[in-house]
Amino acid sequence: MKVAVVTFPGTNCDQDVEHTYRGLLRREVVRVWHRDTDLQGADLVVLPGGFSYGDYLRTGALAKLSPVMDAVRSHAEGGGKVLGICNGFQILCEAGLLPGVLLENVGRRFLSRFVHIRVESTGSFFTREMTAGDIVTCPIAHFQGNYFAEPEVLDDLERRGQVVFRYCNSGGEVKPEDPSSNVNGSCRAIAGISNRAGNIVGLMPHPERAVEALTGGPGGSSGLQPFRGAA
Amino acid sequence: MRYRVLVRLKPGVLDVQGKAVESGLRDKKFSAISDVRVGRVVELEVQGSEKEEARAQVDEVCRLLLANPVIEQYEIQELS
Repeated sequence: MKVAVVTFPGTNCDQDVEHTYRGLLRREVVRVWHRDTDLQGADLVVLPGGFSYGDYLRTGALAKLSPVMDAVRSHAEGGGKVLGICNGFQILCEAGLLPGVLLENVGRRFLSRFVHIRVESTGSFFTREMTAGDIVTCPIAHFQGNYFAEPEVLDDLERRGQVVFRYCNSGGEVKPEDPSSNVNGSCRAIAGISNRAGNIVGLMPHPERAVEALTGGPGGSSGLQPFRGAA
Repeated sequence: MRYRVLVRLKPGVLDVQGKAVESGLRDKKFSAISDVRVGRVVELEVQGSEKEEARAQVDEVCRLLLANPVIEQYEIQELS
């Protein structure tokens, strides 16, 4: 199992992802610059969080044009695993590898706090070792995290089990209209989705920042579990 | 050829910038102003192409990058 961690200009969570896979899960990790076109035979490609290209134009819009994205697309189309976290999720949506888009948070504020997310589907590579209903408690840090798609797209995602995570309260209840749990106003409280095959996953929260008790806040190292499955 | 591209959010898509502008104006007693929508203007030059081809290029660039069809619509204006 080899993991490629992609760095765009402005990416800032690449070392956290590397630490999770190399430091804690003992996987081989290669670092890939956005101008590279070779993923070095990686099984999993991670697009980490950050502010690629300073979020100019729209979040993720310019990163989708980076040379590495052609390789990421071919990798994904061949069934290879791709994980986009936060800005990585925004890039996957802009690139059309996942449906929908991330709008500005409903409350018009940058949100930096812990949230609870509930596993909805175990059909994706990132949740296959987990159980529906499991809760991960980890930070979010975004201004554009409000997941939006047309109602028919949302229906389709739900019908095909592509909703991977939803925001919930500490008891695991999902309340889309409740700003204290669905903090950014995402459609149907969606925090993460996959493509139909389940080999491409994107999510706004940062489980890689909650992989150890030291930094994991109220959930301890609950963020490590999905990475275990993905490895 | 020089073009101006106007990119705006589709009707019904939440515009938090517009909302922020609106609430700022309300604080300054411009209570008659509502439904503020903020868009983006991009001007660009296309060199050495026939007019039709140039416009087709601008259209392609709009779909590829300047506008996200999920939430935005665009309008192309010829400037020269």
